Amino acid sequence: MMIPLAWYIVFATVLLCISIAGLFINRKNVIVLLMCIELMLLAVNTNFVAFSRFLGDPAGQVFVFFILTVAAAESAIGLAIVVLLFRNRRTINVEEIDSLRY
Amino acid sequence: MTHQIFQMVCFVFFAAVAVGAALAVISVKNTVHAVLSLVLTFFSAACLWMLAQAEFLALALVVVYVGAVMVLFLFVVMMLDINLEPLREGFTRYLPVGIAAAAIMLVEMLGIIGVKTFEVLPGPNPAGTSNIQWLGEALFRQFLLPFEIAAVILTVGLVSAVVLALRVRTFSKRQNPAAQSATDPATRLRMVKMQAVAPPAPAPAPDNEATQP
Repeated sequence: MMIPLAWYIVFATVLLCISIAGLFINRKNVIVLLMCIELMLLAVNTNFVAFSRFLGDPAGQVFVFFILTVAAAESAIGLAIVVLLFRNRRTINVEEIDSLRY
Repeated sequence: MTHQIFQMVCFVFFAAVAVGAALAVISVKNTVHAVLSLVLTFFSAACLWMLAQAEFLALALVVVYVGAVMVLFLFVVMMLDINLEPLREGFTRYLPVGIAAAAIMLVEMLGIIGVKTFEVLPGPNPAGTSNIQWLGEALFRQFLLPFEIAAVILTVGLVSAVVLALRVRTFSKRQNPAAQSATDPATRLRMVKMQAVAPPAPAPAPDNEATQP
């Protein structure tokens, strides 16, 4: 493998910035917001994998393993909450989810 | 040398596909298309991880994310009958803000990374021939307790997802076998003590017809 470290970091940075732009743009759709968070986690995981390979330390890849575990649990619970929200309020629009405010 | 150039071409191709699909995720109108673009992003990223010789994690990403989490997303998106129009209202309004924030962050972070990093080339593969063996030895020696905690987290996630999405049907006429088995005769049959004599006969009604002529 002869790919420089910076290529991976630049790729992860671009992916992270795309997901942040997605959070700004799609600020009403809860499902797209969750997908942007998944993209962000993917960017961070790419960084972990690249540094683990370049430093020769398996801890980075083990960490990615745990991030995958927690992210799977997070998206399962998040989607369950979205289903519950849609069942009770008939909407997943973030701006209409304000019943705790009043 | 040709091997190196081939790897670089592969990297650029997969990275371009991943970035393009990520742009599609945040910009397409239909949420189902966004989920499918996210699948493409994850798959290309798995190919990049494979290029970094992280074979186990690349396959885990394909199996866990593309196979399970994204199918869950697709399932939820298709199950909910969402009106997409109000969700797209602020799209053009927030587009410049989002692009500006992302561009500023990108420039800053690329400035931090710097040019020198482009000269850092990897050494020999620390995993030797088997990435799984390398990872497994670290996982089951050094990180055994976090591994167990991760299993507990997955169990909690499973149970809480079921509990959250479970709808208790009040109109159901389902029988409860436990309550049926646990019952005793006292709750079903009430014994009433009565005297063993006949109740006194009611007084005879006055004979109106006899008195009247």
